[in-house]
Amino acid sequence: MTADAAILPGPVTASTEVATRRRGGPSRRVRLLGRYLLLSVLAVIVLFPIYITVVNSLLRPAQIASQPPTFFPTHPIFSTYSDAWSSGHLGHYLFNSFVVTIIIVGGQVLTSILAGYAFAFLKFPFKRALFVLFLATLMIPFEVTVVQNLTTVVSLGIYNTYAGLAAPFLAWGLGVFLLRQAFLGIPRDLDDAAALDGYGNWRFLWRVAVPLARPSIAALTVFSFLTAWNQYLWPLLVTKDEHLSTVQIGLRQLRGTSLENVNITFAGVIIAVVPLVVLLVVFQKQLIRGLTAGAVKG
Amino acid sequence: MSRVALEHITKRFDDVVAVDDLTLEAHDEELLVLLGPSGCGKSTALRIIAGLEAPSEGTVRIGDRDVTDAEAKDRDVAMVFQSYALYPHMTVARNVEFPLRARRVPPAERDERVAEAARALDITELLGRKPAQLSGGQRQRVALARAIVRRPQAFLMDEPLSNLDAKLRVQTRAELVDLQRRFQATVVYVTHDQVEAMTMGHRIAILDRGVLQQVDAPQAVYERPANLFVARFIGTPPMNTIEGRLTGGADHLVFEASGVTVALPAGLASATMSASPDRVVLGVRPEDLRLDPAGSLTAKIILIESLGHERHLVVRLDDGQTVIVRQPGDQTPPRDGEAVTLSANPDSLHLFDADTEQRISS
Ligand SMILES: Nc1ncnc2c1ncn2[C@@H]1O[C@H](COP(=O)(O)OP(=O)(O)OP(=O)(O)O)[C@@H](O)[C@H]1O
Ligand SMILES: [Mg+2]
Repeated sequence: MTADAAILPGPVTASTEVATRRRGGPSRRVRLLGRYLLLSVLAVIVLFPIYITVVNSLLRPAQIASQPPTFFPTHPIFSTYSDAWSSGHLGHYLFNSFVVTIIIVGGQVLTSILAGYAFAFLKFPFKRALFVLFLATLMIPFEVTVVQNLTTVVSLGIYNTYAGLAAPFLAWGLGVFLLRQAFLGIPRDLDDAAALDGYGNWRFLWRVAVPLARPSIAALTVFSFLTAWNQYLWPLLVTKDEHLSTVQIGLRQLRGTSLENVNITFAGVIIAVVPLVVLLVVFQKQLIRGLTAGAVKG
Repeated sequence: MSRVALEHITKRFDDVVAVDDLTLEAHDEELLVLLGPSGCGKSTALRIIAGLEAPSEGTVRIGDRDVTDAEAKDRDVAMVFQSYALYPHMTVARNVEFPLRARRVPPAERDERVAEAARALDITELLGRKPAQLSGGQRQRVALARAIVRRPQAFLMDEPLSNLDAKLRVQTRAELVDLQRRFQATVVYVTHDQVEAMTMGHRIAILDRGVLQQVDAPQAVYERPANLFVARFIGTPPMNTIEGRLTGGADHLVFEASGVTVALPAGLASATMSASPDRVVLGVRPEDLRLDPAGSLTAKIILIESLGHERHLVVRLDDGQTVIVRQPGDQTPPRDGEAVTLSANPDSLHLFDADTEQRISS
């Protein structure tokens, strides 16, 4: 969600900026000012909860509950972070989250590439209908299918395993859609040229189609990572041993211990978010390109 | 290199017949041009040879092999696309060697062949660049290098020059012809540009709505168009055609349209007598008409287009039809609106049956 708010205005401002620059005059400055003001407000709305979380993680529990609220910690307590890490076993939970998230991201990217390619380049019966069916799955909330998924996982004998944690998410309609669109953007002549050059579908896919769809694949990787990392309901249902808990479940247990440690919970939340921030920073460029790939040519 | 032959090829897309019973052969080391207006099925025919499209009926042969059911990669033909179809994420060198990699050519030989192709097309300095960093003409050469590097049985080219500007097109045309000769290549070349066809082709195959109209050497097609379509399609400005009827006896046959009478030469007359059509179409090329005070056709100048070395005079005949007269630049131009008389070179008249549109001649 934070990603959307921060990124989507990007291309819009870029194009309007060109337009205003051409028009020139003093109204241009006013417009620009207005735009930055709006973006700043949006940024504050997005960043404020994160800021409060950071502040609260540095306060004593009593201060957190007090009125008026403290917006700036005069005596920050940094030991909350080491407490969260050690008493909350966050290291272990983070590891679990990493394993499950990587399985899910890998699965989603792979299945999306393969299915997206099929829908973009191959001819087969009921192609349209199947594609619509794929899209239709996006309209079903996960909660609706959760019971059925659970019974499936149990009957497969992978309840309370990493496999069970990842299984329902190994394919994703949105990923298939995203990559189909990216592959459709590849000129058909390239496909024909490769066929004559001696490349079948499989090698064309990996040597030409995937490299050309890299921005979209990067975008999918990030979205997939975000959703997998932030899962709560499914890991809660499908694990019974604490040693399989993901970090989101671990955070709940951290809070569960006692209300006096609420500052430690806040510290835990910040720790759990760090991997996502790193991911977003690393993929920022690719992500923006992936989001605007369909809209702006070239 | 090898011959490429299509035998009774038909291709239907749902209810569209893109290619209709096409039988055509490009001989070994021949540059055969497929020419026709947009949508006539040139590209489809080429793609059928390449194996990118399966024919609904008919046989494709490359060399002595029936390749009708062979996959594109097994046909050993290279194609140059209008869009060049370079892989944007690879350098020029990678693009050129891409087909060799697919065929598992050993690296040493690969490098050698890439270097050789690059030399042939003068793109050696460009090998490290990506396609986006090349001009249209350079991209075109890379596409050609990628085709040549394979040493295929035949080259297929689909309007490879149409994305170049006029000057570069003329230059590249000559280079392509030179390349074809040097490599003794069999080339099937698709274009809708008749100047390209006339200047490059050893033979031209003219298609209209999927049907082959005529195959012959450029000069033969120009001098003896097989039907009205070819007559009107080849030549700029196009051949003048006037519909009318024939009167008179065998020794003195006369073409008559409202306000126009043209005496036919004896050769044409005898051919006509055996066919004896009701209505005919007389064709005369603009350069075979001239302003002639003693001429039998009266007309009025309505437009003069000067190209420097020649002029195109658009004139209106008495019955209201317009015809074009080509006048060399060194002759005195007529005035706009001037009444003139024309005469036609009797040896270069073309006569067509108005119903079948086929040529009538000896
Ligand atoms: N994949 C296809 N599906 C349906 N119809 C097609 C397909 N490809 C070509 N056609 C039709 O077949 C006919 C011939 O098309 P083709 O592309 O061969 O023409 P062309 O001579 O190459 O024209 P141009 O000079 O415009 O490239 C056209 O009417 C076209 O609409
Ligand atoms: Mg075409």
